[in-house]
Amino acid sequence: MVRKLLKEKKREEIVKVASRLFSERGFYNTTIPDIAEAVGMSVGNFYNYFESKEDLAKYIMQYSSSILGEEIRKISQMDVSTKEKVFLIVRRFIEIAQERPELIDYFLRIFLSNREVFSEGCEGFLCVGEVVTELMLFLEEGARKGDFRQQDFFPAFVTIMGPLGGLVFLKGEGILPKNPIEYANEIGENIWRALKSDEKV
Amino acid sequence: MESLKVRRKSLIWISGLTCNGNSHSFLSSSSLSFDAFLNSVNILFHPALTYDREFKDIYKDILEGKLKLDFLIVEGAVSKKKTKVYFQGFDIYEILENLKNIAEYIIAVGNCASFGNFPALYSEDVVGLNFRFNQRNGFFEGDFTTKSGMPIINISGCPAHPEWIIKTVLSLSYGYDLKLGSLQRPKDFYMYLTHDGCTRNQYFEWKVEAEEFGTKEGCLFYYLGCRGPLTHSSCNKILWNDKSSKTRAGMPCIGCTEFDFPLRGKYFETKLNIGIPEEVPLGVSKRAYIMLSGVAKTFTNHRLKGKLEEAD
Repeated sequence: MVRKLLKEKKREEIVKVASRLFSERGFYNTTIPDIAEAVGMSVGNFYNYFESKEDLAKYIMQYSSSILGEEIRKISQMDVSTKEKVFLIVRRFIEIAQERPELIDYFLRIFLSNREVFSEGCEGFLCVGEVVTELMLFLEEGARKGDFRQQDFFPAFVTIMGPLGGLVFLKGEGILPKNPIEYANEIGENIWRALKSDEKV
Repeated sequence: MESLKVRRKSLIWISGLTCNGNSHSFLSSSSLSFDAFLNSVNILFHPALTYDREFKDIYKDILEGKLKLDFLIVEGAVSKKKTKVYFQGFDIYEILENLKNIAEYIIAVGNCASFGNFPALYSEDVVGLNFRFNQRNGFFEGDFTTKSGMPIINISGCPAHPEWIIKTVLSLSYGYDLKLGSLQRPKDFYMYLTHDGCTRNQYFEWKVEAEEFGTKEGCLFYYLGCRGPLTHSSCNKILWNDKSSKTRAGMPCIGCTEFDFPLRGKYFETKLNIGIPEEVPLGVSKRAYIMLSGVAKTFTNHRLKGKLEEAD
């Protein structure tokens, strides 16, 4: 059990370092020896944790998705209004982007830009299933209660993810005049107004 | 050989508030089953089948103990009030009161007799024999049992499948143990879902949806409202007319064996919220269902893309 936990901890460490290196240098310019060296382990030992660079690349996405999915789930299950949940999800997303910038950078600069790396075993929603599932559950419940307007899933999905992705991208480019968290309420309000049913305020 | 002859069990079939759909269904049973049925059961009275004696005479003989009554079959909803529903000139209320301690078994055939169904929507006093929808406040309340010790046996469905009716009666005639579920339906027929044995299961697994009725291809769940994964029935295990079922013919299951059948409406629509089904197959959480369907949708099963007749 301890052994398993230690292995899990080491994998997390590799994810942290590798996602930063990948985002800074690009997927193809980062080698396994680079990652092993930055983590402080031998190349041979690296293979005890991941079979290949592609394997690691996919795992990083699954790892990020499960962190974000878990946060959305926690908020979804809170005993607060749907409107408040929208604001909380926005705030939490921005906080995670600040706490773990390497994961967001990785998503924007590696996952979205090197689709060929993810074409087998990570296509579609396979590596981001948890985020998508939690958002589906959240949207379904909101619409069932009459808080959200009925519509297809995908327009609703991009209405939430679009502004969040855009904000962290602008932050990454260094052109946001204010700290991202300061935009949380306005973005929350925008998303809520876009999704809410007509009779809600 | 005469000594080996076993007395055939006796049965009467009465009708309350009904469209007689279950009688029609019963008459559509396979000749093999019906022969076996007639060899073991003596139908003393059925409003559409028997003609040699009038109901009033048979009823009188039963009440006077001249005729033994093994099976009382009731089709249609009944009323908890007197003088509301009549059968052959007799108040059904009185027939049921008089026969409740005489019949060995009382069997509710169809959704109206089982749960009240559509007729119950129109009046509070209209009920099934033991249930009103899923509440045990039918004509006989609570844990009522008949002479045999069995509760009211419900063979739900709108209509009930003829083989379920025949096999239930025959099982009891032969003295087999009949296991019932919480809504008092025989497990043999209602422990399955309509989904079990559906020829479209692969389409369900891979999320390939049909968009029109009557095709051989595609799952009928997402666009056409199929209740197969949420409905207890063995329609795809014991086929209708030994040949087919709704879903095999490209018609979605409309959940007619369930107590909430008349309460739902919109029978050809799966309720969606922002594109996500409000109800998911029995036994799985919505999270698990969404996760699995998302994965399934990512892949393509090429065999299921075109017409089956053209697939290898």
